[in-house]
Amino acid sequence: MNNVLTWITFLPVIGVLLILFVPKNSKNLIRVIAAVFTGLQLVLAVWLYMNFDTGTAEFQFKEQYSWIPSFNIEYFMGIDGLSIPMVLLTAFLSFICIFASWGIDKSLKGYFAMFLLLDTGMMGVFCALDFFLFYIFWEVMLLPMYFLIGIWGSPSRKDPDGMVRGGPYAAIKFFLYTLFGSIFMLIAMLVMYFNVSDPVTGGHTFNMLHLMDQANHGGVLADFNIRLWIYAALFIGFAIKVPVFPFHTWLPDAHVEAPTAISVILAGVLLKMGTYGMLRISFPMLPDAMKWEYFAYGMAILGLINILYGAFCAMAQKDLKKLVAYSSISHMGIVLLGMSGLTSLGMNGAVMQMFNHGTGTAMLFLLVGVIYDRAHHRQIDGFGGLAVRMPIYAAMVSLAFFAGLGLPGLSSFMSEVFSFLGAFGSELFDLRLITIISTLGIVITAAYFLWTFQRMFLGELNPKYADLPEINGRELFTLIPLGIIIIFLGVYPAPLLDLIKTSLNELVEVVKAANGPTLLGLH
Amino acid sequence: MITSAILILLLPLVAFIIQIFVGKRLPRKGDWVSTGAMFAALALSVGIFIDAVAQYEPNNVLATATWDWINFGPVHVTFGFLIDNLTAFMLVVVTLVSSLVHLYSIGYMHGDPRYNRYFAYLSLFSFSMLGLVLVDNLFGIYIFWELVGLSSYLLIGFWFEKDSAANASKKAFITNRVGDVGMFAGIMILFSITGTFSFNEVFAAVADGHVGGTLLTVAGILLFFGAIGKSAQFPLHVWLPDAMEGPTPVSALIHAATMVAAGVYMVGRTFVLYTPDALLFIAYIGTITAFIAATIAIVQMDIKRVLAYSTISQLGYMMVGLGTGGYTAGLFHLTTHAFFKALLFLGSGSVIHAVHTQEMDEMGGLRKKMPITFWTFLIATLSISGVFPLSGFWSKDAILASALGFGMTHPAHMPIFVVLLLSAGVTAFYMFRIVFLTFTGEPRDKKKYDHAHESPLTMTIPLVVLAVLSVGTIWWGWVEHMLVKPELASYGSHVASAVEHAAEEHGVAHSAHTIAMFSSVVVATLGILLSAVVYFWRKISADAWAEKLKPIHTFLWNKYYFDELYAATIIRVTLFKSRLFAAFDLKIIDGIVNGTGRLTAAFSRLQGSIDLRGVDGAVNFVARFVGYLGSQLRGLQTGNIQAYIMMALFAVVLLFVFQQF
Amino acid sequence: MSVGLNHYLFLAAVLFVLGLYAVITKKNAVTVLMGIELILNAANINFVAFSRYTDTDMDGQVFAIFVIVTAAAAAAVALAIVLNLYERLKSINLDEADSLSG
Repeated sequence: MNNVLTWITFLPVIGVLLILFVPKNSKNLIRVIAAVFTGLQLVLAVWLYMNFDTGTAEFQFKEQYSWIPSFNIEYFMGIDGLSIPMVLLTAFLSFICIFASWGIDKSLKGYFAMFLLLDTGMMGVFCALDFFLFYIFWEVMLLPMYFLIGIWGSPSRKDPDGMVRGGPYAAIKFFLYTLFGSIFMLIAMLVMYFNVSDPVTGGHTFNMLHLMDQANHGGVLADFNIRLWIYAALFIGFAIKVPVFPFHTWLPDAHVEAPTAISVILAGVLLKMGTYGMLRISFPMLPDAMKWEYFAYGMAILGLINILYGAFCAMAQKDLKKLVAYSSISHMGIVLLGMSGLTSLGMNGAVMQMFNHGTGTAMLFLLVGVIYDRAHHRQIDGFGGLAVRMPIYAAMVSLAFFAGLGLPGLSSFMSEVFSFLGAFGSELFDLRLITIISTLGIVITAAYFLWTFQRMFLGELNPKYADLPEINGRELFTLIPLGIIIIFLGVYPAPLLDLIKTSLNELVEVVKAANGPTLLGLH
Repeated sequence: MITSAILILLLPLVAFIIQIFVGKRLPRKGDWVSTGAMFAALALSVGIFIDAVAQYEPNNVLATATWDWINFGPVHVTFGFLIDNLTAFMLVVVTLVSSLVHLYSIGYMHGDPRYNRYFAYLSLFSFSMLGLVLVDNLFGIYIFWELVGLSSYLLIGFWFEKDSAANASKKAFITNRVGDVGMFAGIMILFSITGTFSFNEVFAAVADGHVGGTLLTVAGILLFFGAIGKSAQFPLHVWLPDAMEGPTPVSALIHAATMVAAGVYMVGRTFVLYTPDALLFIAYIGTITAFIAATIAIVQMDIKRVLAYSTISQLGYMMVGLGTGGYTAGLFHLTTHAFFKALLFLGSGSVIHAVHTQEMDEMGGLRKKMPITFWTFLIATLSISGVFPLSGFWSKDAILASALGFGMTHPAHMPIFVVLLLSAGVTAFYMFRIVFLTFTGEPRDKKKYDHAHESPLTMTIPLVVLAVLSVGTIWWGWVEHMLVKPELASYGSHVASAVEHAAEEHGVAHSAHTIAMFSSVVVATLGILLSAVVYFWRKISADAWAEKLKPIHTFLWNKYYFDELYAATIIRVTLFKSRLFAAFDLKIIDGIVNGTGRLTAAFSRLQGSIDLRGVDGAVNFVARFVGYLGSQLRGLQTGNIQAYIMMALFAVVLLFVFQQF
Repeated sequence: MSVGLNHYLFLAAVLFVLGLYAVITKKNAVTVLMGIELILNAANINFVAFSRYTDTDMDGQVFAIFVIVTAAAAAAVALAIVLNLYERLKSINLDEADSLSG
């Protein structure tokens, strides 16, 4: 299996080409093509998982070709412990989302073509090892997403407050926001490019491995203050994607207005790119930036704000999908907090949280889609007593909700607990108070999930929904695998942890070493 | 032994899985799966217990086992079992009460549409509690702790069509979560310093002085927050009375063996971690709880609610026992309480089953109709009131002795004992109030009385078994020998200064014991007598006194207004904050974003107009100017070629002329 | 007195002026064309005369022949234009051909 990463990345493009040749009335053929190509991608991802060497922090399955030699830009792909869970998640969610998109009716051909293109972009981001290539994929992802939200999302409407909201609004908001962040990233990328030299040829390079090697840094990059600025620029670029307060307002709009499958992809994969970027680029390339300890505190405090602010906002929402969207903000805050302590526990916990949030929130959005398809609204207060009418659906929702509120035995519990423990036990920074305040988010999260569950499912059955059909086989097919993963990783997280820990522990060592011995003289 | 431990843990879990997925299709909806699993677990637990008794060593560790579970590289999290005397005791209590509740439920829940699910949840509950008892580390205890919360959520809200049940289950879960967060913070502190979750390793680290002083006190108090939630201590006790919305056997389970016992067990398990300050905190919380709950119980009319408050009160006793250093007393009371409280609840369930009401106003005179229920209920009542020689007497007396001893060494803390003693009298009073109101006198609701009948055998057998267990005079000797207060020093390699307040108390303990015993018997008798005067002989009218003490009565009737207080403060503030944040998000943050968008648009419009008027204006001006010039000069273009030639000629001539000059 | 260069130049000048006069004053397009021919021939005379009197080789004479040939071609084209003009205007009066008037 040569060039497996190229295959896994560009398989959906082949699918796009095929779909373009299919007449637009053969809807099932289009769906099947999409399913087959994402399915093949999933098979490749599983193959990667089976053949991945967990014992080394090196990049694996590397492919390196010269692409634009005059600028030393390479086509350089490779994965390590940080990328493999994301690759798995992307392949898995893409496959599932094809089935969640089965009911799409409006210009189906365009939808699936865009979807597969998006898939390529996402996969590329997680596999690219050349900064330029990374950036290209990062931007490639944007365009299909724009159309998917804009065209297939909800139609434009005028809200009572006079704002025009809806799919097109959300799409352009998402697009501009991300583009805004990309500019910062581009600047940082170029500064690094011009100040890093390839150890062999001496020319400038985008090669991430060279960028990570501090020995190659020269020019203005030798100046600590400049490094801080670059770190900050990168942080803004990635923070928008996470999204970190106060750059988060694109998220509720985009998630709510997008069609179900796209919400799943947005929350499940796209949000992870922000934190992935930090772990892949900011931390290893500028490991000493944390010496300016305000960055660590800043990150932890932003994590804290995300956790509590997201949770409180979620509690006030009347729209179920918006509630889930805000819960994502809250949960991504835990990732941020976990990373900020620079400990093995926290870092591993954060990456586990990225994966677990991906599966958990995907399940939540799929479930929202299920009820929306039936009742054609998502107002939490508009339901009531559905547990009597739809017991299987209620069981699925309660599983997803309990996963969301971090119940032991379900995957996000593990990642949340270790993120908190990691931040609390930080040897470099005293994040103890911040962490303890953050844990209050657990209570708020429990409160809004249970309250929502009660309003939707418990109590007397709302007579309006006395004959709501129970969840169907296709929907269960998308949900059950997620449910199994959530339970399995909650009981036995080792398969995921083993995959990531070698690389992440290495990363922690690198960052720690660059930041010198204990800063605050703790312990 | 480890094999039996694994089996004890797995049996209910497997039963749960079977019940959830295929329970509906099994014969009898699979109640025998859960019940059988529980009885098997009981048999195994008794086996372990017999081993423990046979060895008859204080604080004997019977077996341990650990497995690597989550490996981070530098940090390992293990999963393991720790089976010592305490575990053996708890295993028996949990499995015994649980299996009796299972048995009882077969009769009680008969015909419920979600019968199989009920048994599934019961199994899950037992599984969680057994896991909590068996694990050897803080992380594991936290996991099972939360699972207990989940099971209680599911069971309290079992009849979720009722809004009150749905509310109660939510309240229970969230209130517990509040405590759990504190506990988690405590675990974080201990873990961040010791780098391990394992009890023994944490204890060893504390004994070696790696952690101490204020930090350890804080960690201990935070850990205890978990127990405040689970064991319904003041100020997080509000969920427990509401939890009565669940089916009555569930209440029995929650109140006796599983949920509330978890907190006490946890404090007992981690006893050596608590500094004197932390223990004092525990003792005072327990005292306040014991008193508040006992007084509220006096005026409640709902039989289950009275029992609920009595549970809270008794849990307060246990905490005082632990807090004043009466480790053995506290845990022994946990055991005895488990039996008589389970009996009380199952007895009340039997009554409710018969008369279909929980209001004591509508009962009365049931003694003749339900003899087994009455006699077993009476035994339990005597026991909880602390009448010699029933089990409650021994355990409560031990606690009182411990509190008195503590008060004698630290006179400033004498009020603990006084309040406790007072509460003991109140306990006897309101417990007998139940007995008199329910079983004696004239039936107040004739129709319900006529309808009443003794419960089926599956329900009465558990009552009898529990009644036998509530007697148990012989228990005390064993317990005193086998569960001895652990010394921190025994865990470490060198002696640290963390906890040392036991030594001087030893001397006073004996004299305290005698005083406590007599005083407790006296107050119990007084309480029972007063109760009899008011509710049996009816010499004093309860209603008249209630009228006379109207403000106090209202205050107690409204449960000290805790619910209202929380609704007005914490809940309101939280909801307000959430709405505020959401509005802030929509209006301010998103407003800024949209404002930026609008501003950009406005700016671009301005730019556009500048472009149109200014830049483009200049371009157009040039064009227009040239056009004007052209229009002026067009007259020259006659189109007549000969005229052009003339002009050319003229120009040439002119050139020549100019050349001359 | 022998015929010298100046005589030829004088003759050419007279022819040129006559041709110019015809070109400028005549209304008839054909007459104008004839005037142009006169001008060209005046130039030819100059070429040949200069070639004969001031130069040693035959350049001027060759050039004159070229001019004659091009003049013939130009006349053909011009006549065709005049024909077209007549087609459009039903007249060959040049005063009427002023559609380029600004």
